[in-house]
Formats: sequence, structure tokens, C-alpha cells
Amino acid sequence: MFTQTKEDIQQHSNTRLIRYVDALREAFEEEMARDPKVFLFGLDVDDHKGIQGSTVGLKEKFGADRVFGTPLSEDAMTGVAIGAAMAGLRPIHVHIRMDFMLLCMNQLINMAAKSHYIYNGQVQVPLVVRTMIGRSWGQGGQHSQALHSLFMHIPGLKVVAPANAHDAKGCMISAIRDNNPVIFIEHRLLYSTEGYVPTESYAVPLGKARILTEGTDITIVAISHMVMEALRAKKHLEAIGINAEVIDPVTLWPLDMDTIMQSVKKTKRLLVIDNAWLTCGASSEILTRALEICQEDDIAIPSMSRMGFAPTTCPTTRPLENLFYPNGRTIAVKAHQMVNGKKAGLWEPAIDAKTEIDAFKGPF
Amino acid sequence: MIDQIVTARLYKSMLLIRRIELRIAEIYHTDAIKSPVHLSVGQESIAVGVCDALEKDDIVSNTYRCHATYIAKGGDLNSMMAELYGKETGCAGGKAGSMHLVDIKNGVMGASAVVGTTIPVAAGYALAMQKEALLTGRRRVIVALCGDGGTEEGCFYETINFAALKKLPIIFVVENNRLAIHTPLEKRWATERLCERIETYGIKTYKIDDADVFKIREIMTNAIAAIREGTSGPIFIECATYRWLEHVGPLDDHSDSYRDTAEYQSWKDKDQITRLANMLDVETRTQVENEVTLLIQDAEKFAEESSYPAAEELYTHVYAN
Repeated sequence: MFTQTKEDIQQHSNTRLIRYVDALREAFEEEMARDPKVFLFGLDVDDHKGIQGSTVGLKEKFGADRVFGTPLSEDAMTGVAIGAAMAGLRPIHVHIRMDFMLLCMNQLINMAAKSHYIYNGQVQVPLVVRTMIGRSWGQGGQHSQALHSLFMHIPGLKVVAPANAHDAKGCMISAIRDNNPVIFIEHRLLYSTEGYVPTESYAVPLGKARILTEGTDITIVAISHMVMEALRAKKHLEAIGINAEVIDPVTLWPLDMDTIMQSVKKTKRLLVIDNAWLTCGASSEILTRALEICQEDDIAIPSMSRMGFAPTTCPTTRPLENLFYPNGRTIAVKAHQMVNGKKAGLWEPAIDAKTEIDAFKGPF
Repeated sequence: MIDQIVTARLYKSMLLIRRIELRIAEIYHTDAIKSPVHLSVGQESIAVGVCDALEKDDIVSNTYRCHATYIAKGGDLNSMMAELYGKETGCAGGKAGSMHLVDIKNGVMGASAVVGTTIPVAAGYALAMQKEALLTGRRRVIVALCGDGGTEEGCFYETINFAALKKLPIIFVVENNRLAIHTPLEKRWATERLCERIETYGIKTYKIDDADVFKIREIMTNAIAAIREGTSGPIFIECATYRWLEHVGPLDDHSDSYRDTAEYQSWKDKDQITRLANMLDVETRTQVENEVTLLIQDAEKFAEESSYPAAEELYTHVYAN
């Protein structure tokens, strides 16, 4: 399943099918060759496995000064990244699981996000924080959290969560060149997904959403790995004559509401699928903004709904874990109800073919 | 024999800090300064002893009690006063206040209101300076200041370990005034053997019990020389001191009865400003005092006459271009 548009594939001459994780590695390699100020650090970035392969070979190519492992010390290492960035370097700090970022919140929120403002522009913090959302094979309550809304809340931070290999490379290049702290969210289940990725360097602009498939009946905005589920839902919906427009915001903050609203004006229905809990989440923000824009611009308020993680801690056992997440079938059912209202009746989409979720084997 | 020129310079710096802070305390009730102030009165010799040994392109990273180091490192006095007044000419355009004084061109990195937070940030600067030295051959140093309370934060030990591991060009200076707001050290530390703890990381440590400004300056001078020669990585200095005023605000709070007045008196007896004043001839001393008076008058006038930031400043520098 390709989570990218034909136009993106066609606008470059030299593309080839590569995995998300390899696209990331290319971005680091190209940017580190281009700019000696870029360095990459974090626990295990220089080991033999290289963060699922995303950093393999970089130490050999750029030296141990620019690619190095660290003590865990997530709090202080974030401070180190911020200080180095303030001093003019461009650090990429890596977390193997997003849950560990809870140990960095003081530095990210009090220093990274605020220094440019608090020091009235005297310093910048050009920092990329790579962070991986885990899922499946029993990653459980403290290895699968998706905390992007915590960061979206804070002025001064940018938050990006690319869902395909093309955007992974292009957004990473943009994030490295950006003069602000960028939280770069990678989903573990996307790492092995393949996409058409140009061989040359290219930047995907931050703050621009992507319409992945055009449709007329309902707008489905899906975040991170949920883009894949939304595209599966679209296929189910096609079988019963419902044409869904699937949008990937790509950047969660700043949020491209223009693209979303153009679609909503056409479809009159907005379904947001977050790869996270709903309360105070990205879905709350997107729906609220949509409502505000409709009121400001005197647009008829669309039918709106949202789906995301169950409001529980993520369980490890597969039968419960499956219930915890939205999937292509549950999204399709929700969209069907939104389009056809009370007369929708019961509809059970066909069973999905084997997915990346079924294919994933642990332990990591 | 201590050089009179050096003595006069250290005296001037300490006196400027003492007098401007007492002036801040004096006018605080007028509410012209709308910012919580954490005054360094009594602790000046550390900032001055430390910063006098640094070059302009070396850096200090501060705590929220940052007026003293900002001034001692050469931070612009007018900009500091304007910042306290919330004026557009302030060192942070009036957006940061007393707890975040910054002057990058004079090597004042900034400060955090959250205890300990700038310690690892300073180590990040040190990492960048270490990389820079490979290209330029000039080894700059950074001083990470914190209080005794700062050493209780997890990031302090995380940073000490990382700095030792990477042999960073950083000097940690702990201003130990034995108080975290109102809570004494005895209620916070299992043992007082801080330097011993740090030595287990392989870091050379120094402990100064009397806040002697010359001693602090000498240890700093030697530490900086060792780092510049490339023969030393991080160095750790613990300086005992005493906070004469309340934790935050303009008042002497000894009447609150949580402090020992005999201890206060013992620190007043060894006050470095009085000590250095007595070492100078009357003419030099008078000249220095007049210069300080003028500097403070100018800073206050500058702050008063400056404008508040325009409304659109609310949204500048949220994101960098």
C-alpha cells in the first residue's frame, strides 16, 4: 500500500522503491555531507544495529565526533542538544521510544521551545528530536505512546509525523534545516513500509498537508500510522460506493487547516483519525479549528467525528491491543455511518489482507 | 602582594553589583520593576572572582539569581535595568525579566527559572566549543553556575558524568548558600561531601570556604589555563557563601527566624567588598565609588526613559525564520 500521491512520485526523475527507515538514513547522510554542523547522537545510534538501520554506516562515514552514543540521561542529553544548537550546531537527538521523552519535558518545554523568544531572538535552537512510537507485539503501556499533542500545545516547537518514505526523507531534510526545535515522530510500523523516494536531496515543506486520495463524500484526516488504516478504510468504502478523501497533515504543528478546510467544504464531512488518545489531542484541535473557521467564514458546519486510541492504557495482549487501536474496518464503519446517517444500518467490511501489523515480529 | 589595579577592578565589579541590587531593593516598592528579583547581595565575590578570570568570548551560564554574574561578565548594565523595568531596550526586549538575563555578545548565555536547567545546556555549549577548538585552535571555556539546590537535580549528575566522559571545557561552580528558598542544607543533603562525590567521576575539585575573591579568581585562572592547554576537562569548584536577603524580593528576612543571625554576622565580618575597600587608597576607592554611582544612575535613567515594547512584539520570535 502506497501512502503517497502520484504527483510526488512523478515530479522527480530518479526515484526508487525504498523503505521508510532507509529514506531516513539517506536524509541524514545527505544533510551531514552538506553541513558539517549537523551531528547525530543518542543511546545506540552508533551501535551495530543503528536504530533499526536508520543510522547504520553514518559513524564510519562521518566519524565518532558527529555520530555518537550517549549515556541514557535523556534529560541532560536534551539540554546538551539545546546548548549545542544555541552555540550554532545542528543536533539530531534520537529516542528509541517516545515514552522516554517524558524525561526530557523540562528541557524541551522550558528551554528548547522558549529560548528564541525569551532571549528576544539572540539565540536559535535548530534541533531535531527523533522519536519512535512503538506498537504491536506487546509493546505495552510504556513503549507505545504517541504524545504529539503534548508538544503541539507548546508555542516554539514544531511537530512532524510523516507517514511514508518520501515524506520521511523530505521532512527530515526540512527539519534539519529548520532553525527551530522540531519533534520528528516516526512510527515503528512504518519503518519497513516502502515508498518511491528520489535519490537526490529534496525538502518537503513543514506545515503543508497532503491530499493522498481525492474523494467527494467524506474527508478523513489521519495521523502517522493511521494514514495506512484510513487508506484501507477508503478501499472498504469504495466497495459500497462511498468516495473518501484521505488527508495526511504530515506536520501536526503548524497545522495546515487550509488544505483540510478546502476538502471539508467539498465533502461536508470531517472524520479525524488520530494515532493517539482523543482528549485534548490533535483530533480535538483539528475539529475545534474546523468549527471556528466555519463560524468565522460563515460556512455550514460539517458533520464531524473522530477516532483514536481507546481511553485506556495500551494493553499487551493481542486481542485487547487490537481493540485499543482504530483500524481500516472500524474507520470504514464510522465513515459509512457519517455518510448515510441513521439509515446506514449494519455493515461489516471484508476482512483485511495481512497487514504490516500482522507482519511485525518483535522483540523491538 | 596583590596588584592594586586588580583589587580596584574586583572592588568596582563587586560594588556595582551590591549597589545596583540595593538600589533595586530600594525602589522595588514603587512597582516600576514588575519582575521577581532574586538578589545576590552577600554573594558577589563568587560572580566577580569567577568572571574576572574569563575572556570576553568565554561564556557563563546562569541561575535565576543572575544579576551578579551578568554584571561581572560584562553584561550591559543599561539593558539589564531596562529588562527589569520591562522595557523594549531590555537585554531580552522586556520579555524575560530578571530571571533570564542574557547578553550573548558579552558571553552571558542566559538563565532558567527552573533550578538546574541550564547546567546541561552549558555542557552542550561546551561540546560545541570543543568541536570549534578543533578548527580554530582556540579553546574557549564555559562556566556553569548553580546553587546547592541545583546539585539536587537529576540533570546535575547526568551532566557531570557526560562532561567527564567527553572531557568538556566546562567549569562547574556551585554557589553554596546552604538554602533552597527557606530549607537548609541539613534537611536536604545526606552528607555534605559534595566535592568527594564529584571526584568519583574523575573530576578535579576545589572547595572554598570563605568566599575570598582572590582565592576564587586564582583557582579559576589556573583551571582555565589547564583547559586552554588541553590538559584538563571539566573542573568543579564549590564556594561557600551567604545570602543576605530573602530568597526572592528586596527584604532582609532574618526576622523570620529560620536563619542563624550569628552566621549572618560572621559572613558580614568577612564581606569581600568591605575587605577590598580597606585595601585601596582613599583616592582610588572614592573614584571607583563615584564611577559606580554614575553607572547606576545612568542605568536607572535609561530604564525609566525607555519605551515599553509595541503590541506586535508579543508575537515576534515565537519561531525563528
